[in-house]
This record gives sequence, structure tokens and C-alpha cells, in this order.
Amino acid sequence: MNHVTYLKSYVTHKQEDDPKFVTTLGIDGMKKFNPVVKIKRVATVQSMKLSEKTLAKTARASNFLTDFADIFLFLTCIVKETFSRNFEFKEFLRQCFQIGNKSLPLISITGTIMGLVLTIQSRPVLIDFGAVTLLPGMVAISLIREMGPVITALICAGKIGSGMGAELGSMKVTEQIEAMVVSSTNPMRFLVVTRVLAATLMIPLLILYADALGIFGSWVGANIKGDVSFVLFFSQAFSHVTFMDFLPAVIKSFFFGAVIGIVGCYKGYNAGRGTESVGIAANSAVVLASLLVIIIDVIAVQITDMLRS
Amino acid sequence: MNTGQVDTLNNASSNTMSGEPVIEINNLKKSFDKQEVLKNVSLKLFNGENLAVIGKSGTGKSVLIKCIVGLLNSDGGTINVFEKNVTALSRKELGELRQEIGFLFQSGALYDSMTVRQNLEFPLRRIRKNLSQNEIDEKVKEVLENVGLSDAIDKMPSQLSGGMRKRISLARTIIVDPKIMLYDEPTTGLDPVTSDEISSLINDVQKKYKTSSLIITHDIECARITANRVIMLQDGEVYQEGKVEDFENSTDPIIKSFFK
Repeated sequence: MNHVTYLKSYVTHKQEDDPKFVTTLGIDGMKKFNPVVKIKRVATVQSMKLSEKTLAKTARASNFLTDFADIFLFLTCIVKETFSRNFEFKEFLRQCFQIGNKSLPLISITGTIMGLVLTIQSRPVLIDFGAVTLLPGMVAISLIREMGPVITALICAGKIGSGMGAELGSMKVTEQIEAMVVSSTNPMRFLVVTRVLAATLMIPLLILYADALGIFGSWVGANIKGDVSFVLFFSQAFSHVTFMDFLPAVIKSFFFGAVIGIVGCYKGYNAGRGTESVGIAANSAVVLASLLVIIIDVIAVQITDMLRS
Repeated sequence: MNTGQVDTLNNASSNTMSGEPVIEINNLKKSFDKQEVLKNVSLKLFNGENLAVIGKSGTGKSVLIKCIVGLLNSDGGTINVFEKNVTALSRKELGELRQEIGFLFQSGALYDSMTVRQNLEFPLRRIRKNLSQNEIDEKVKEVLENVGLSDAIDKMPSQLSGGMRKRISLARTIIVDPKIMLYDEPTTGLDPVTSDEISSLINDVQKKYKTSSLIITHDIECARITANRVIMLQDGEVYQEGKVEDFENSTDPIIKSFFK
């Protein structure tokens, strides 16, 4: 039975049930029951969908590669301008102050609470095992090796990364970056290099400060239910800490600082034209910087582990 | 008149200015993606004149002056500023050329994190590097007096009104004694009184600092007050060129819609 015969028989059959069937559906309605036409239409729609998906994926891959090239060029430019003459030292100091000094209250609170909570949580377990004397050493190693750097870096990614993204983004939207260019000032050197270097220098210092306050918080925590002198607690804490606990943590904290500075500046410097793009730049700076901090931490832990073994 | 066909009303350009052109643009083209913003734009800015470039929004006026200072790269044509082809200059040469050009941005573009004093000192310290602190202070005081805002020296940009921001921005531009001034919509967003004040200030700057000015505007009153010559852009091309009076007397419907 070819499709015409099938269609005729179908229409006849339906007409018996409903005499108004053909009149109601008309020619278009009849076409609907033609399987060849239907298959052709389905195939066309499917192939169109497939083409659209392919085009979208190609565009996404193209955007990814363009972004990758942009980041590479941005990094190259930062390196080039860092070692160029006429380094903006005053602006670098101002940025160090902005990043370091203005983050101190937040880092102080979080650092202290980190040590306090860690002590309160782990003390009962250590008492059960009769190993409460190991508490200061355990807290110090945890803070110095891992918790201090990662938590402080994540907080800095939120505060400093978003600040840089929003500031540079709004400068771009309000033509301030272009105004610098026409004033014969290199905005990469003045705005980006100073911020990236300041973040690279100040974030490790903030991390060491958070570590110290964390151990202090731990001493406070230990004294809530117990009684241990400040000197004894610190001497016990540092008797377990070696140079090899400090070194990898300090090295990775420089990378954390650089990544936070670079991502914040990149997102702000390449923000779009509208005010909405300022919010997007700040938000994406935090997300990407936090993600990269965790990825760098994983890599750093693996490398440290390999070196130790 | 066909759109895009350049017409010179009463040969205004030829008899208004007799000096050498400080800016000469030939067949300038600029596109963004597939959108052609500038198509074969040619114009001259003569020494000591105020040239107003008018046109509807989106006709490429701002793109034109951003191409002149190299903020945007053109796709074709030549831009000669003081007989130097901007498109062929190295980064260093372009930086040196920019020191001779003042650019007043549409938004003012004052640095938000700096006070008025720091905003004014910023270009001065970078362009006139041999000045002492006393000379810098004198210069800051002088330009603030010229724009009538001596009291605002220690204020932050956020504490200034729109008109004050424009004035401070103008002060920051003239502080380095540029030979050419480029104004991007100097009166946009201001009330009629402040707009007239800014327009008068543009004339004062021209007289005092002997600048040649290219004024991008769609404010006809601003063009009336400031311009020696007017060029109208339409769809990315020079549509008409002449004196303000010639534009006002024109019967062309597009020009009439502007000069009602």
C-alpha cells in the first residue's frame, strides 16, 4: 500500500466515524497523515537542530580559545610592564595599603575564629585518645599547612578580587581608563601591574598574620575548658612545626595572591560597556579566583607530598 | 541632496580658515563587526578654529574622535595630526602626540579615587615631568580659577554636580596646554544654563590657550555658540559642511530637523 492509498483509506475510515472529518481538517489536515511528508519534516527539523547545536558548540569553543588567548596576552603584558622602566611605585604602595591594611579587620576575625573553632571541635576527640597534649601542635600544623592559606585566600578572593573587578570595571564603563591612555599613562602599568604585585606581596603576609591569630585563637579555645599558659601552648605548638611546614605554604600563598590579583584585574579590565558588566566582572572574578585557589592548592599539596616522600 | 554626498554651503570651509590644517582626515573607515560606523569620512581642522561635528546619535561622531587619538584603530583611510599619520605611529610616538591633544570625555572621566587636586596633578606629573611642586600647585590653581571652581580643589568627584565635573574635567584637559582640544558631547546631560556656561568656557579656552577644537555635539545651541564651522555626519558619512548660519538657512529636510 503506497502512502496515497493509505491516506485515502484512512480518510474514508475516519469519514465513516465522523462525516465532517475531511471538511474540518482540510488539505493541510490530510497532509498531516502523509507519512513521507511527516518523515521529511521530522528529518529537516532534526537536521536543523543538529546544525544549531554544532554551531553553538563551535561558537563556545571559539570563545573559549579567544578567552584563553586574551588571558595569555594579558599575562604577557603584565610580565612585560612589571620589568619596564617607570614603575609606578607610589601607586604600588597605595595598593599595598588598600589590600593589606584594609583587609586586616576581616582577616583578624576569621583567623582567630579558625583556631578557636578547630580547637573546640578537636579537643574532646583528643581527650578521648589521651592525646590532648598534641592539640597545640596539631592546630598549628593544620593552620600553617592548609587552613590558614586556603581560607584566607578564599576570603581575599571575595574581598580583594571582587573589589578589583568592580573598580576596574567601573573605571572602564566611565571612560577613566581611556582618559589615562590619552594622558600618556599606560593603564596596564598604572592600574594592573601595581594591583597584581600588591596582591602577590600582601596576601602571603595576611596569611601569616591569620596563622598567628589562629594559633592565638586556639590558645583561647584551649583555655575555655582547660588551663594552659600562653608560653607553654606556643612552645608546644612550634615544637611540632618544621621549616618544611612553612616553606610550601608560603610559596603557594604567593601563587594565591598572584591569581587573585590577575583574575580580579583581568575581569575588571575586560568588562563590557554597561553598568551590568561591572557586577558581572566582580562576580566572575570571585568565582574564578576561588576556583583557581582551590586548584592551585590541590597541585601544591601533590607537589609537597611528592617532595616529602 | 543624496545622503553621503558632501555639500559645502557657500564654500564655507575654503573661506573661513586660511591656516594649515592641524588635523586632516581622509577616507576614514571604521566598522564594528558587520556594522559600518564610518564610511569614507574626510575632514580638516584648521589651526585656531572651532569645528563642530554634529549628527544624530549613532552616526559615528564619538568613534571619529577616538580614532583621532588612537583609542580606536581605524579600518581604512588616513588621520594626520600635525602632519603625522596616527595610524602609522609607534606606541611611543603616539604617546608623544597625545601630549599635544586634550580630550574631554562625555562622562567627564574624573578618577573617582582621587581628589580634584590629584585629578589635575595626574596628567601634569606624567606629561610635564620637569615641573617642581610649586609650579604644579600654581598650575592647578590657575586652571581651577579659569573654570571658576577654586573652592573645589580638595573635593572628591562624587561631591561634584554634573556641570562641575565637566568643568574640572576641562581643567584637567587644559592643564597640560594642549594645542588641539577634542570635546566629546561637552554639554550632554546638563541643564540649558550650565550648557551655555560650558559652551562659553570652550570659547574662553580657545582664546586663552590658542587651541584648535573639534567639538562633537548634537546640542545645536552649543554649536551656535562655539563653532566657526560645522560638519554634519549622517549614516557614517559627511553629509554637509558650512557655517552655522548656512545650516540654519538650509532647506534640506534632514538639516532642518536639526536646526528647528
